[in-house]
Amino acid sequence: MIMPSWNLIVDWQTIFHYSFMRTAFLAGTAMAIMAGVISYFVVLRGMAFASHTLANIGFAGAAGAALIGMNLSIGLLAFTVAGALGMGALGRRLYGNDLVVGLVLAISLGAGYLFISLYHGYATNLYAILFGQIVGITWSQVFITFATGIVSLLAMGLLYRRLLFASLDAESAEAKGLRVQWLSLAFLVVLGLVIAVALQIVGVLLIFALLVAPAAVAERLTSRPPLAIGLSVLLALFFTWGGLALSFYLPYPPGSFITTLAFAAYVVVRFGDGLRSLVRHRRKLSAIEQPEGWAA
Amino acid sequence: MNLVNLTSLSAHLSLLLASSIQPFSWNLLADIQQMLQFDFMRAAFLAGTAIALVAGLAGYFVVLRHQVFASDTLSHMVFAGAMGAALLGVNAFLGVYAVAIAGGLALNGLGWRGSARERDIATGMVMAWMLGLGALLLGIYATSSIANGNTAIGAGVLFGSILGVAGQEWIIVIAGIVTILALLAMARPLLFASLDPETAQARGVPVRLLGALFLLLVGVSVAEAVPAVGALLIFALLVAPAAIAQRLVKRPYAALALSALLALLFTWLGLTLGFYTPYPVSFLITALAFVTYLLVVAAQRLRQFATRRRFSNSNTILTHTAGG
Repeated sequence: MIMPSWNLIVDWQTIFHYSFMRTAFLAGTAMAIMAGVISYFVVLRGMAFASHTLANIGFAGAAGAALIGMNLSIGLLAFTVAGALGMGALGRRLYGNDLVVGLVLAISLGAGYLFISLYHGYATNLYAILFGQIVGITWSQVFITFATGIVSLLAMGLLYRRLLFASLDAESAEAKGLRVQWLSLAFLVVLGLVIAVALQIVGVLLIFALLVAPAAVAERLTSRPPLAIGLSVLLALFFTWGGLALSFYLPYPPGSFITTLAFAAYVVVRFGDGLRSLVRHRRKLSAIEQPEGWAA
Repeated sequence: MNLVNLTSLSAHLSLLLASSIQPFSWNLLADIQQMLQFDFMRAAFLAGTAIALVAGLAGYFVVLRHQVFASDTLSHMVFAGAMGAALLGVNAFLGVYAVAIAGGLALNGLGWRGSARERDIATGMVMAWMLGLGALLLGIYATSSIANGNTAIGAGVLFGSILGVAGQEWIIVIAGIVTILALLAMARPLLFASLDPETAQARGVPVRLLGALFLLLVGVSVAEAVPAVGALLIFALLVAPAAIAQRLVKRPYAALALSALLALLFTWLGLTLGFYTPYPVSFLITALAFVTYLLVVAAQRLRQFATRRRFSNSNTILTHTAGG
């Protein structure tokens, strides 16, 4: 096992000395930028459960692709995009409609399990799909990640204003003639695209942290959308790079470090908020009490 | 907990079955008799019945209270508990139960304040982190000397093996009976608290306490089902029967009963199909439930469409007669 020297420049040089770490960082960077942007809308629209479900549909896709010997990326893309369309068709507005999402989740888990059990090249592959891996990232995956990144960022750029409006105030948006349902479907498809690519790096069960945490933290720090999106991208990059660097030194999957970093950031921000509102509450209370003291 | 490598087990079973078992005939009685000759099938039916009844009953309230995501989170969380227990060398059951109960209470705490959207995010963050933790513990376990290179334990927790529960079926049945009794005992106030929390609170029903107790019971239902259907698939049994029941029946108690009945039906059918085909039981159960749900939705839409048509037809007749 390689130990860090704690001389950060030397450490980064050691990390980048390995070609698998270079590819992992490249793919991870593209993934984090996509995830950071899309995460803002996932949080804004309350779609944590839906994105978890899409990731699990990806599980069925990956396992199915392995079973019939198809290219993993293509299998994943086909399944997540189809899943996004299916969920959009089943639920009018996914948000709040947790039952439909739950049922889709259930069947995709079942199907994934079926494919895995039919495919006998078992446990290692299963864990790679579920929890991700960094060693196996190929140049073609890096290329696909970048291409998807560009496509999804362009799509988000096109949708941005309308989607923001529809997410913040669906009724007014509808009244102004925006096709809210189509927007929601388009967003789901972009989400499916991002998930399909990111899955191959951080895995089915952990991609979800990158889709929720960055914006959940950013949203508590600023209320201006463009700033929150920028912050969310920075945080996603920080979680991803940190997780990859940690998993270079420790023999455990990067996803577990990425989720832990993300969760820690979320807890810090939430507690900070709680503390701040407590202080404000106290101050308000003492402000109310003071005049009474004067009267006495 | 006996966490067997399920693929090797099912491969083993299919070999065993192929050699000694008559294929499915349409003589149902003979089929069932043959199936129940086997110890592991009797154990599976016993454990499956307990799990299905618990999941059907608890699931109805899960759906009613919009806690589908929370219950999914609970079922994913126990993975970390089982891996932690494996690492400490403790019985995995202990880890699963401990995390399920603590998780139920923690999720309940998260749900007290904030909007539905905030709850969604907080729940998601907890799930993501617990899964990450589980992955880390699995990684530590797999590289440690205790594992002996056997990493299939993680898969056993995630997917379970209902054909491999023989020997622990009675633990599941006893835990199931306790959970069912607890659920039935609190059914009435819980229904009230779920349907109209404000009025219930005003009438002196301890709404918060009931909510906490309920999530705790969901945790226990998940934990008892883990060895049989696994941390990922128990969720299907919790949600699907209740979703169907809610669509078919409006009266709460009837829906509750129907949900339990459907869960039982899917489980028995899944077990029987799994015995006669090479497909995994938990997949069959999920698929049966999902297809039934789709059929029910389709039938209802069709009927709606038909009534609307009839209605508009009679409307046109009316306007015609009025005009003439």
